[in-house]
Amino acid sequence: MVETHNPGGSATASADESSHDRSGGSSPDGLPAPAKRRRRQPGATSGSARMAALLVSPTLLVLTIVVLYPTIVAFKDSLYGTAGLDPKTGFVSKTEPFVGWSNYADIFGEAGSRFWNAFWNTSFFTVTTVTLETVIGVAMALIMHKAFKGRALVRASILIPWAIPTAISAILWRWIFNSDGVANKIIGEQILWTTEGFHAQVAVIIAEVWKTAPFIGLLVLAGLQVIPKEVYEAARIDGATAMRQFWNITLPLVKPALLVAVLFRTLDALRMFDLPYVLIGAKKASVETLSMLAQDEASNVRFGPAAAYAVVLFIYVFLIALAFVRLLGTDLVRDDDPTPKRRRRWLTRRRTEVTA
Amino acid sequence: MKTSATRAVQCSAVVLAGLMATTACGSSGGDDAAQKNPSFKGRGPIKYVAGKDAGGSVQKVLDKWNKAHPKEKVTFVELPTDADAQRQQMIQNAQTKSDAYSVLSLDVVWTSEFAAHQWIDRLPENKFPLDKMMKPVVETGKYRGGQYSIPHASDGGLLYYRKDLLKKAGIDKAPATWAEMQDACDKVKKLSEGKGMDCYAGQHQKYEGLTVNFSEAVNSAGGEVLDAKGKPNLDTPEAKKGLDFLAKSVKDKTIPKEATTYQEEQGRQAFQGGKLIFMRNWPYVHSLASKKDGSSKVAGKFDVAPLPGLKGPGTSSLGGHNVALSSSAKNKATALDFMKFFTSEQKARFALEEASLAPPYESLYTEKALVKQFPYLPTLKKSILTAEPRPRVVNYGDASSAMQKEAYAAMTGTKSSAEALKDLQKALQKPTAQQ
Repeated sequence: MVETHNPGGSATASADESSHDRSGGSSPDGLPAPAKRRRRQPGATSGSARMAALLVSPTLLVLTIVVLYPTIVAFKDSLYGTAGLDPKTGFVSKTEPFVGWSNYADIFGEAGSRFWNAFWNTSFFTVTTVTLETVIGVAMALIMHKAFKGRALVRASILIPWAIPTAISAILWRWIFNSDGVANKIIGEQILWTTEGFHAQVAVIIAEVWKTAPFIGLLVLAGLQVIPKEVYEAARIDGATAMRQFWNITLPLVKPALLVAVLFRTLDALRMFDLPYVLIGAKKASVETLSMLAQDEASNVRFGPAAAYAVVLFIYVFLIALAFVRLLGTDLVRDDDPTPKRRRRWLTRRRTEVTA
Repeated sequence: MKTSATRAVQCSAVVLAGLMATTACGSSGGDDAAQKNPSFKGRGPIKYVAGKDAGGSVQKVLDKWNKAHPKEKVTFVELPTDADAQRQQMIQNAQTKSDAYSVLSLDVVWTSEFAAHQWIDRLPENKFPLDKMMKPVVETGKYRGGQYSIPHASDGGLLYYRKDLLKKAGIDKAPATWAEMQDACDKVKKLSEGKGMDCYAGQHQKYEGLTVNFSEAVNSAGGEVLDAKGKPNLDTPEAKKGLDFLAKSVKDKTIPKEATTYQEEQGRQAFQGGKLIFMRNWPYVHSLASKKDGSSKVAGKFDVAPLPGLKGPGTSSLGGHNVALSSSAKNKATALDFMKFFTSEQKARFALEEASLAPPYESLYTEKALVKQFPYLPTLKKSILTAEPRPRVVNYGDASSAMQKEAYAAMTGTKSSAEALKDLQKALQKPTAQQ
């Protein structure tokens, strides 16, 4: 039956049904019988909905205060320019002039080349690091999930990079990428990693992936651990290869957890600041990200343009997040499917608990 | 669908929380009238704010003051080592008009910016023994003719060189010019001990240190970054010769390529590890490189000299720290007394002996006992007396960025030095326009 069902979404459902047929009623995977589930589900859903709304409302209130207010203030700030110097007294004016959209016009006009450079750097880092992290993170999760001697040690060691603060790990990697550091010793030629150029970007990507792949690994591991063993047993009985099991069982079932992990990492990568700042240095065109631009303006006491950069970055991040939820999120949260993938929904809920 | 909404909220929360760090900086405060004539009234406890006290002498000085003034205690607020972080912290404090910081220890290049924004008060210069201090050092505290900060520690660049190797190569004197230095390198490299060594390195990574090294190169070739009126003046043959020295040296490997990644510490390590014949660095390196515990391979084998230049001794950029009075501070009478105490000759001597901080007072550089303890003092005095401050600009951050950018481009070979200077001349127009 593994050969006949369509890959992807309905894998578990059909596996469920066919084993149902064969074993005549008793659910082989240890889950409650379907009839029982169906009876319990509707009541629980509407009740939990009300409860959720009640529980979430204080959070929303706090978010309004700590999130919405600063955002609005930042937007307001972005409409003000930089205070000028009075040539007579030599003192800087105390008020910042209202300049309307001109900070934004400058971003795309006068300072355009610097902005677009930072924009592409940000996007490039996000795409490359998240892709690599996903592949490596899933591999890490699979290793951590395996039962073997010394598993606890492997798990702990995989998580160490994630536990180190980014700025510290950036200093660590700066030592590695030193002109006579370990990296050059290993490859046997002298690359000046912390100068301008593609090699600087590579250094950032390596350090970032090293640090954050464990995050994806951790979330995927949580997803892996709630997949019932019986699914694999059934697949093995049907003669599915390990590869086949991975593509048709593991991957679809951890997809919800994986997507959340990827989403979080994407949003984080878009705000990347401390790693290139500490590892390569400020004002290096090859690794300058949008956050670094905003910080640079703010540190030169130009809060208006700094706020404008931050708002542009916010909009960029927001759009990506929205696209994620729209394109991929529906798959996670579909409720109106007439033949719901029950186990998947159950997984989704479990995952929310894990990540919360 | 509920989950979808919740997730959207979660997502935007994550996004926003990260952004808040950059966006919540706020605009500058109200429209308070400028304090034109600070009155320095009020007595009571105050706070002294400075970067990390690496030498460990600051708290001891404060203890002395606190013992004598139990009702006007000074608390030490220790900021991070990173100069940018210190500046940001102080600016934030000034922007919110907080009285949490009273006396600030400013890097010498910050005076103009802090004075122009009226974050610090103009000081009565007759209350301080400025005439006993070295002139270039006192100048760093001035903005538009007014004294806004008082030096408490100075610093100047020195040329560290391998005395032993030069001697072996038959050279008995430190080089005074770049050509002589190049010559000495060639001779040393022919020795068996000099094989595989690099000639010269300074602080050539793209950061503030490069601004210092670039200004020194331009000044040492007889050029200037800004003219007497504060306008950029880099379109000159002298400036080109200065930048050419740096750019050509990288090209012909007088300066090793990896030196473009060096800050103070990497250069020090290379010199201590016996990899460099010459190095430009600050006096603090002297005691570390002289350590006989095995951390330095060159202990006892090196000496210091003034920086070399194009036709004769070069010109150093001034380092060091000044104390200034936060304009939003309370108890300003106490603060002023404390500043007098903190910039006194007695305290400068103590800081030199305790933490080898270069004093602003000229007389200390020739005292026999001190010279015995710190053999670099006479050289350092020469370096400071002939030193030039880095450009005094209100928008110093922008000016420094522009210098780093163009000097780095010339040194890494992405631009010719003529092109780099032309672009720099243009780039400096804006930050120097409003002087």
